[in-house]
Amino acid sequence: MAEETAVHRVAVTEAAAAVLRDLYAANGPLMFHQSGGCCDGSSPMCYLAGEFRTGSADVLLERLEVPGVAEPVSFWMGAGQFERWRHTHLTVDVVPGRGSGFSLEAPEGVRFMIRSRLLTDLEEEVLDRRALR
Amino acid sequence: MTRYAAPGQPDALMSFSTRYDHWIGGEYVPPAGGRYFENPTPVTGQTFCEVARGTAEDVERALDAAHAAAPGWGRTPAAQRADVLNKIADRMQEHLAELALAETWENGKPIRETLAADIPLAIDHFRYFAGALRAQEGSLAELDDATVAYHFHEPLGVVGQIIPWNFPILMAVWKLAPALAAGNAVVLKPAEQTPASVHFLMGLIADLLPPGVVNIVNGFGVEAGKPLASSARVAKIAFTGETTTGRLIMQYASENIKPVTLELGGKSPNVFFDDVSSARDDFYDKALEGFTMFALNQGEVCTCPSRALIQRGHYHDFLADAVARTERIVRGHPLDTDTMVGAQASNDQLEKILSYLEIGQAEGAKVLTGGERLDLGGELSGGYYVQPTIFEGANHMRIFQEEIFGPVVSVAAFDDFDDAIKIANDTLYGLGAGVWTRDAGTAYRAGRAIQAGRVWTNCYHLYPAHAAFGGYKGSGIGRENHKMMLEHYQQTKNLLVSYSPKAMGFF
Repeated sequence: MAEETAVHRVAVTEAAAAVLRDLYAANGPLMFHQSGGCCDGSSPMCYLAGEFRTGSADVLLERLEVPGVAEPVSFWMGAGQFERWRHTHLTVDVVPGRGSGFSLEAPEGVRFMIRSRLLTDLEEEVLDRRALR
Repeated sequence: MTRYAAPGQPDALMSFSTRYDHWIGGEYVPPAGGRYFENPTPVTGQTFCEVARGTAEDVERALDAAHAAAPGWGRTPAAQRADVLNKIADRMQEHLAELALAETWENGKPIRETLAADIPLAIDHFRYFAGALRAQEGSLAELDDATVAYHFHEPLGVVGQIIPWNFPILMAVWKLAPALAAGNAVVLKPAEQTPASVHFLMGLIADLLPPGVVNIVNGFGVEAGKPLASSARVAKIAFTGETTTGRLIMQYASENIKPVTLELGGKSPNVFFDDVSSARDDFYDKALEGFTMFALNQGEVCTCPSRALIQRGHYHDFLADAVARTERIVRGHPLDTDTMVGAQASNDQLEKILSYLEIGQAEGAKVLTGGERLDLGGELSGGYYVQPTIFEGANHMRIFQEEIFGPVVSVAAFDDFDDAIKIANDTLYGLGAGVWTRDAGTAYRAGRAIQAGRVWTNCYHLYPAHAAFGGYKGSGIGRENHKMMLEHYQQTKNLLVSYSPKAMGFF
């Protein structure tokens, strides 16, 4: 079971965690919603928790525990998009960048982005058993 | 080959200002917060100007100016408004090459495209809506011999527009032209990736517009876009971008009960039936070009034909020719007129594309050409360049399902008509599609069966005014590029008039 709890759909790089700490200190509790489509799509958007209203069309992939951020950062995705992404593991990273949608980090000259890899068979098995919240 | 001198060079056609404030009420206004951000060119990665970092205070000021201007502009006779739009078009025509240079430096796209497409299309867009406005009429219905329902078009008032970075001038004009024609005043926020070229345009046309009719507030989405999108003082919000921000804008609009139009991208299929290869003629050549259109504008187009579906009968031969055609794409300095594909618009865009090149290979897709970042050397080494890339794979892969917004196409085979339509429609989006066949019946049936707002049939990537453009499914709400867009910027006023002196008889 210890192994199972170590299996996650979404991870955060240390660089992204540092940005999240700054954003949390400046703004308070945070959330991500993974975007799709044009322009700045395919990128995770970071908002104040509750700023983006999720509903039955969304899936909560993870409550990210970030060192130095007291409240977990929820990571959401549209359900239709999730069906097309569910076989991949996502890592929130950050790169120098210039703006994107209404995401909180953009004015700091950085941009969250997603790095992806395939889930292993073991991870898929564990995650498929775990109910999505 | 012609090589244009970069903006600001002694022999350049134009130069940017070193700083752009907000354009509010017909003059430049410094940001209330006093802060600016740097604007680099994707061509070299070097900063070429700084731009006001707008906040809610700046948006309010722009809304004040717009509200002051809107009633007068809305009352301006249609002929006069149309005349202003035509004069804007004429002014842009006189300065076409300067605008093209500004746009290329701002966005990174090759000047060949800005000279031949972006700016000419923007010019024509103003002319189209000038004409559409002149031809627009209200209606009347004679309900009985003494009762008439009149329908008038009225401007909405003040509208907010949030512009993407992939065609900074053209996308601004797609939204400005119908809004202005319909008699609205506008507060426009350019993308923070590409904030400067629209100011260069504004500098050319400012004297043609009454102060306050067009206001430009620069800045980041969260600081300037959000106060605009969530303002109760705009009568409508128009947005081009991605799905999460699109939903967020709808949420804000719902708080104020305001309409939105949204264009949110796609994952457009480009379908090549077997009969395309029945002859090696002009049409075959055109179809190969149609395949290669995925690289147009570096793939940074909402309708990028990023899923090529090729029927099995000619799959291998057609694909081999398509790879060869793609490998003939000329890379180079975006200011060379021979260059076909320029720089990606930003570093984060480059990083995102590279991450998709990785996941595509991890999912088992095969790279047929490209697949890596491109270093063009010299001053371009600091710019954001990617090799045009062809993946061969299957439609369930992430590279087939998500908009990469780079010069990347994912290719899969299909068996027959039904299989083609099934794969084409297996996507969350429905903005554009391409169908290539010599059979008119197949073309018609495929075009009607694909769930997308625009199906290019034996062509691709044409964007003429007078052809409605907009999405099915997750690709958004509303249509641009067509006279119907006027009504997206108008209220309908019904006067229900009785010409009878007689009481109704109820009381």
